[in-house]
Amino acid sequence: MVAYPGADNPPFRMSMLIYDRRYRSLTLQAVVFILVMLMASWLINNTLHNLSAMGKTLSFDFLFRRAGYDIPQQLIPYTSDDTHLRATMVGLLNTLLVSILGCIAATVLGVTVGVLRLSSNWLIARLMTIYVEIFRNIPLLLWILVILAIFTEVLPPPNAYRGDNPAAHMMLFDTIAPTNRYTAIPSIGMTNPPGVIALGREGISWAVVAFAVVIVAAWFGRRMLNARAQRIQDATGLRPTTWWINLAMFVLPVLALSWYYGLHLNRPVLKGFNFAGGITLDNSFVVLWLALTLYTGAFIAEIVRAGILAVSKGQSEAASALGLRPQRTMSLVILPQALRVIVPPLISQYLNLTKNSSLAIAVGYMDLRGTLGGTTLNQTGREMECMVLMMGIYLLLSLIISGGMNVFNSSVKLKER
Amino acid sequence: MYKSVLFGSVTALALAASGAMAAEGDTLKEVKARGVLNCGVNTGLIGFAAPDANGNWSGFDVAFCKAVAAAVLGDATKVKYVPTTGQTRFTALSSGEVDLLARNSTVTFQRDTDLKLDFIGVNYYDGQGFMVRKDLGVSSAKDLGGATVCIQTGTTTELNLADYFKSNNMEYQPVNIDSNAEGEQQYMAGACDAYTTDASGLAATRASFADPENHIILPEIISKEPLGPAVRHGDNNWGDIARWTLYALVAAEEYGVTSANIDELAKSSQNPEVQRLLGTTDDLGKMLGLDANWALNAIKASGNYGEIFAATIGEQTPIGLARGLNAQWTQGGLMYAMPFR
Repeated sequence: MVAYPGADNPPFRMSMLIYDRRYRSLTLQAVVFILVMLMASWLINNTLHNLSAMGKTLSFDFLFRRAGYDIPQQLIPYTSDDTHLRATMVGLLNTLLVSILGCIAATVLGVTVGVLRLSSNWLIARLMTIYVEIFRNIPLLLWILVILAIFTEVLPPPNAYRGDNPAAHMMLFDTIAPTNRYTAIPSIGMTNPPGVIALGREGISWAVVAFAVVIVAAWFGRRMLNARAQRIQDATGLRPTTWWINLAMFVLPVLALSWYYGLHLNRPVLKGFNFAGGITLDNSFVVLWLALTLYTGAFIAEIVRAGILAVSKGQSEAASALGLRPQRTMSLVILPQALRVIVPPLISQYLNLTKNSSLAIAVGYMDLRGTLGGTTLNQTGREMECMVLMMGIYLLLSLIISGGMNVFNSSVKLKER
Repeated sequence: MYKSVLFGSVTALALAASGAMAAEGDTLKEVKARGVLNCGVNTGLIGFAAPDANGNWSGFDVAFCKAVAAAVLGDATKVKYVPTTGQTRFTALSSGEVDLLARNSTVTFQRDTDLKLDFIGVNYYDGQGFMVRKDLGVSSAKDLGGATVCIQTGTTTELNLADYFKSNNMEYQPVNIDSNAEGEQQYMAGACDAYTTDASGLAATRASFADPENHIILPEIISKEPLGPAVRHGDNNWGDIARWTLYALVAAEEYGVTSANIDELAKSSQNPEVQRLLGTTDDLGKMLGLDANWALNAIKASGNYGEIFAATIGEQTPIGLARGLNAQWTQGGLMYAMPFR
């Protein structure tokens, strides 16, 4: 570096904060930061002042009072005697359930449609285009309401299944009964149930643990088996057949456990007003899930199509020159490269789906918006507190999803070596 | 300069802040200045508050809005009806969006205290009931064990329902709905066995069906639902105006003052109570900050309490509600106006 005598250490003067380029940007940043903080503190202060002018103070005590209302779908035990906090938890779990299942189903649907839309089969490609354009261009709330109307008006009420000559018949060997309230499906019962691990009021059956252990073990076994097959292939050029060992590793222990616990299906039976003995999937849940899946699936299909088209044609030509079949070209060459383009916008779609699930109120699905932001808010009248809590929870959820997906993204993105 | 910019912005913000703090309202002054009463009503419940094809609102609650507007502004048409759902009604009132909430809302302790509302009285004594289809073969709410019940979220009925089934050791499956219209649709499609809300609301809903004779309202009334108009807590004068307007309507029925004979009675009545009520003697209106003929205008708007009842929800209307508890105290009911003196 060339030294300019006298220029490196001029004495600092206040005016340099504005006129010296080295300090000016710092000055501006400080000013903007202070202004933003002032604005924020003013907003908060103003809110608190106006709340106290209306005679309301910010207090979260209501969360520990008795909720007093019932919730149709609950993943953890809940009665009307529980607190608003627990009702909020039930709602949050319902939000998570529909969001996670929605993301999975939308991804499967989206990838399938995205790939099929590029199919050389004219009819299939056009059908997929129609699906994408219809679902992408009509507001989600309308889809939710339309699907609800179809479910309510078209499906029979439960008592249509009653009597010697019923108007409606159960499907699949009398195991599934779709009605305009819910779909009754069989539940799994055990004749020799093992004990239950008590976790507060909930409990997890040892059988669930046993099945989980068996499946995880089989998955690790499959990895080891594949690694061994790879070694043999590398050494000899011949890959030993592994699929039947893989299959047996999953199926045999599961069958053995099922026999040991005496697993069987409990058919839903019409009793009184409603079906009993099985599991009832509320229409509100099914409708919301379906609508979120179809809507978001259309967006994901476009993202997948864009990702595939972003992979240069030379790649697929090279793959076919090597003799790879079209299916393997897609799964081994195109999709792994397309993922780099697909994953970042896919994250936004997952976030959208999660936030869109708050439209659940339209079908009376009791999610976080329905419990904390709906009935709890109404019964306690704590709008500010409920809204702040709800915003905080959705924000946290979104940050967790985007954090997790970013980790996945860094695992598929282009690694420069 | 840096400092002055900073101080300048702080001052500006502080000024803006002090300006934005809403002053605690004098509702009467605001309404008079605006020239229109903002009245929170139901989004559409036939008989209580519903707009017709031309957008004109009518109903039992609407009539009260009109009476208050007539008392305050001298003109019963100077009302802006703000439709509110079960979820938005109290927020609309406490935020100042409406001056008065006449939306068949149940008076409860918590709403009166924690939500900072002031219920100014009870204009309809109601109770929660159930409506079922006749062909369901149910004659009592006690037979509803295991049934699917449609219920509006965010209402006291939701809590009563939970308590009722719990105390009778019965199971039920709630179907949450957001509005009365959605409830009707779900109930008509058979997505729920029973629809529950206030018995008056059930009667109003049934009246809008194409086949009202195929539906019955079960005899059990599972709760007390005193429905009353509400104002914001803290503006006592405005609360007094609303309260005494309601009493004026009830008292008018008691003393036989109707919209037909009111002008004549104002001149010729010898009953001192009627004279005070109609402002012929003693200027009671002045004590409320209103004109002397405030009650006269209020009663003229849609008639006295009995006339309003008969015209909107009474036995001659499709809704067909009997006076029952809502008869005058002299007829064995609970309607009892405080003395005007």
